[in-house]
Amino acid sequence: MAEKIRIGVFVCDCGSNIAGYVDVKELAEYSRTLPNVVYVKENLYTCSESGINEIKAAIRQQNLNRVVVASCTPRTHEPLFRGTCEEAGLNPYLFEMVNIRDQCSWVHMQEREEGTNKAKDLIRMGVAKAALLEPQESIKSEMDPNALVMGGGISGMTAALALANRGYQVFLVEKQAQLGGLLLKLDKLAPSGADAAAFAASQAELVQKHPKIRLMTSTEVREISGYIGHFKVTAASGGNRDQFGVGVIIVATGAQVLKPHGLFGYNGKRVITQLELEDLFRKDAFSAGNVVMIQCAGARIEERKYCSRICCMVALKNAIQIKERSPGTGVRILYRDIQAYGTENEEIYRRAREMGVIFINYDVSNPPKVEEEKVTVAHQLLGRELDLPADLVVLSTPLVAGEDNEAISKLLRVSLDENKFFLEGHVKLKPLDFATDGVYLCGNAHYPATVREAISQALGAASRASIPLAKGVMTVEPIVSTLVDEDACRGCGLCVALCPYGALEIVRTEKGRKVRVIPVACKGCGVCAATCYQHALSINSYTDEQIGEQISACLEAQG
Amino acid sequence: MEQVAGDVGSFQVKVRKKARYVNENLCTGCGACAEKCPTMVVDVFNAGLGNRKAIYKYFPQGIPSVFTIDATACRQLGQGKKCGVCAKVCQAGAIDYEQKDTTVELDVGAVVLATGYEVFDPSVIPEYGYDRIANVVTALEFERLLSASGPTAGHLDRPSELALEREIEEAQKELKKLQRQVSQLEEKHGKPSSEIVRQFQSGGLGESEDLRKWALLAQDLSALDGRFQSMTHRKASASAARKLAFIQCVGSRDFRFNRFCSSYCCMHSVKEAMIAHEHDNGVSSSIFCMDLRAVGRGFEEYKLRGGKQANIRYVRGRVAEITEDEAQNPVIWYESTVSRQVVHETFDLVVLATACVPSAGTSDLARLLRLELDENGFFKTDPLAPLNTSRPGVFVCGCAQGPMDIPESVAQASSAAARAAEIVAPARQAVG
Repeated sequence: MAEKIRIGVFVCDCGSNIAGYVDVKELAEYSRTLPNVVYVKENLYTCSESGINEIKAAIRQQNLNRVVVASCTPRTHEPLFRGTCEEAGLNPYLFEMVNIRDQCSWVHMQEREEGTNKAKDLIRMGVAKAALLEPQESIKSEMDPNALVMGGGISGMTAALALANRGYQVFLVEKQAQLGGLLLKLDKLAPSGADAAAFAASQAELVQKHPKIRLMTSTEVREISGYIGHFKVTAASGGNRDQFGVGVIIVATGAQVLKPHGLFGYNGKRVITQLELEDLFRKDAFSAGNVVMIQCAGARIEERKYCSRICCMVALKNAIQIKERSPGTGVRILYRDIQAYGTENEEIYRRAREMGVIFINYDVSNPPKVEEEKVTVAHQLLGRELDLPADLVVLSTPLVAGEDNEAISKLLRVSLDENKFFLEGHVKLKPLDFATDGVYLCGNAHYPATVREAISQALGAASRASIPLAKGVMTVEPIVSTLVDEDACRGCGLCVALCPYGALEIVRTEKGRKVRVIPVACKGCGVCAATCYQHALSINSYTDEQIGEQISACLEAQG
Repeated sequence: MEQVAGDVGSFQVKVRKKARYVNENLCTGCGACAEKCPTMVVDVFNAGLGNRKAIYKYFPQGIPSVFTIDATACRQLGQGKKCGVCAKVCQAGAIDYEQKDTTVELDVGAVVLATGYEVFDPSVIPEYGYDRIANVVTALEFERLLSASGPTAGHLDRPSELALEREIEEAQKELKKLQRQVSQLEEKHGKPSSEIVRQFQSGGLGESEDLRKWALLAQDLSALDGRFQSMTHRKASASAARKLAFIQCVGSRDFRFNRFCSSYCCMHSVKEAMIAHEHDNGVSSSIFCMDLRAVGRGFEEYKLRGGKQANIRYVRGRVAEITEDEAQNPVIWYESTVSRQVVHETFDLVVLATACVPSAGTSDLARLLRLELDENGFFKTDPLAPLNTSRPGVFVCGCAQGPMDIPESVAQASSAAARAAEIVAPARQAVG
């Protein structure tokens, strides 16, 4: 006979985060009336040490065999509570979490009664599902101790070196014939004053000499299959194809510079970009009596809303370069906000002002106009139009997402933001990880960054990537697809075609063609289970039966 | 950290572990001690806006979840009085008044400094009146006011009202005490106080010292009651802060104090204005800035959304002075660089976006580790090796190397770990 279900429900006040907006006492009382619930406790902070101890004690003393916590988001707290269950001797997958903070107290701040009723519905559903939960065991898999770094700019080179110095084999793939990326097009770096190309060359030499780095230039990644620990990579160079396996992947593919066609009379001659100005410096071909720089050329406007972060510093650096080369040249920078954040950048801004660079604020609704020999701008403090002499106009254009980003995002099954830059897993907590395990990002591929920031991020991405490599073994959550009814499977392959993670394959068995799940690759999204008309596949902890019961509980009128 | 010897790859470090007077292994974090502790202390975590007990946890979700005794405030430890309440109520037996500081010796290959920053004290800027005007607060104080687990449970009560509340509370206590004394006397003599007061005022009370004291006490009571009524009346008519001003670059980009930009404060103010508006749709905010530096992914878009949806107005202009009107409202005087006029405007509450400055221990730590500081007092780093300090094997991340926001700090923490890992990798591989 099956064990009798004994559910414990823990309702969290989250200080006043929940208790301030929904009636937690009432929720606790209500929970007592639900089927199979034998114990209910309200906690000030369920996630605090005392809350955790209360759960553990209740599991032992009340013989609980299912635990439901109604609190905040499972994204941050489910692992904690699962661990708590495990420590108290309960299989961690006999735990169910109900989110009454994000879904009730936060979104229904002004509607206490409705929010409380909704929380009751959610708890009732959680309890209904919990009764049907089954124990699961986590899945382990060996790691391939190699890494792929995509992109050989400063970010990619730095990340590759950091991993190789730790002793991991690195495959560094660069689309261009030469390492260095954007640095190759720059003149000097601020604030160090280092020669950009020379710095790139020194890093490239380290990469080329490193015994643990296999460098593949003029090469593109064509295919990636597999999952953390076991990615299969196909790279192509000319007609040659190469296949290798890696455990982790770092995306350091950079960004590209916007060519401002149609903006402020851009013509590549009298009206040029900052990058073209640096090209003049490098060729020692710069000569102008009066230079006007226009910031936010193609950025922070309706069609491209974002601020490209680095263009102000590029303008400051180049304005100082002009003053150093030719002190008599007038330099005027027309800007909206000077984004010289931090200590070093503000110092560069101050230096530019000291050297006589003139800064004039303009309003985006009345932008400067580039005319013959001059630029006109509405000066806000003077309250009138100014004519600025200009034999050279330099546009500070934003970095825009790399042209291959969409293709790469499909290869890796990772997300892009609305501007097509790669999107990290969590803006604050996981700035260098993708949501997909084993894939990391850094540098301009993520968002425009200074060289200092790019190096820092690249080291960080390498550090993140080294964690699974150092562990050597992957442990994966068992909430994955399972072939629950092998006889029912007809091997049609519909699920294989639809699986976004490549986690299913068709194999020949004694019983004929059958689907096989690769649990380490599976994310438990449920597409396969929903697709299978034979109901042969099911997701652990999200079975048809469990979800059906949850829906029934939802539709029940409140008692 | 008290002593450092050795060099990259092999440092010997001595660290002092301060006594917390609570056994970490036994404390369950239940909080019974703090509930019963008789000593109230100003709560530093809540920016001094509320109180905590002498045995406390820095903040509710603090890690480890273990209580600590503030020895100087504690009756037993600091004041030599008999108390011991916490030890009595602690069921885990975790209180240990005899605990001493201990020295921990560590052999390490690399050192990572993540010692953070402090916020600039705006009371040195006289024209902003931070220590004179109740309703001028710092961005971190405002953060506590906004917090659901803060002193106002997230309601935008003004500090002037919070002070009034405290006054009322104290008056109430005093009132109760006087009432008790007076009613005891009434009982003892079997007469109402009003009679005694009348006799006292008409000079007909005679020589009795006892009765004279009673009369005076009764008079005090009635005066206090009057004050109490007027305060509660004022309290009842008080309303939450709805018209907010944020002043950027307080102590930053200011040659008198710090030349640098503190990097995160623009977005911090936008965020606080957004949250305040979420809490109460009637809130409107004005952010006074030179440049509004919204430079990260989605920041510019967030700033624009704040303007469209959260009643945020961005005002280009540096605030010259803050004064106060008779209703304790701060008044801001500034020159708008767009309209070219000197104007003044009254607000309910002013938030100062204070600078990020090196933490107090930075220079001592630099001396101990023989590290260079930059001209602003942060640990000096190399732009092309951004985690490296001036000494091999010592790395620095986050605001200890200069102001930065959370994503950058988190990314840097990983980077510093990468640098340290490179150094210890050979030894780790040798160990297997």
